[in-house]
Amino acid sequence: MIHVHLRYFASFAEATGRDAETLMIDHQDGAALFATLSARFQFRMPMARVRLAVNDHFVDWTHRLQDGDHVVFIPPVSGG
Amino acid sequence: MFRVTDQPIQPDALRALCRHDAAGGFCSFEGWVRNHHAGKSVLALDYQAYRELAEAEGQRIVAEAMAQFPVQAIAAEHRIGSLQIGDLAVYVGVSAAHRDAAFAACRYLIDEIKKRVPIWKREHDASGSSEWLHP
Repeated sequence: MIHVHLRYFASFAEATGRDAETLMIDHQDGAALFATLSARFQFRMPMARVRLAVNDHFVDWTHRLQDGDHVVFIPPVSGG
Repeated sequence: MFRVTDQPIQPDALRALCRHDAAGGFCSFEGWVRNHHAGKSVLALDYQAYRELAEAEGQRIVAEAMAQFPVQAIAAEHRIGSLQIGDLAVYVGVSAAHRDAAFAACRYLIDEIKKRVPIWKREHDASGSSEWLHP
């Protein structure tokens, strides 16, 4: 098991009712974690529209998470 | 230079950062909060950023523009927090020896910022509801 630190932004913060949480999870990739949280919080945003960031870098969904990683799901952006 | 700020953007200060003896042209883009979106009346916007990655990605876009276009300087800033109609949300300034590069780089910068930088806006509309926009 590993600990990961999640931060939630925009509609993900709305869906989860929190800005951040630390979770203990099996050693897995980003896609598996997203699927778990999507089921837990009923995300309406499909993974195909979301990007993954680990430790402040964009990474692929197949990126395997490590103990202590900081994870952010990035829904479609709307700056400007 | 690309920065995220929670303070009002100062266009004159950013323009001054682009001043250079070798630059003969300057081009800027300002994104303002407007009172309508997709046929709805908008009262205000909140902007939120994943700040660390927003600044890193913004800097990456600035580096790409510096590499692709013969420009002298770039100063770009995006504001976050609660903004009112007419407020300046994003500023891009580019100086170059000649105008073509300034225009082209300015266009590239604002397009890529809007496409890639992790900043989101929440819209408050006239009906009293609000939602995060995820186009």
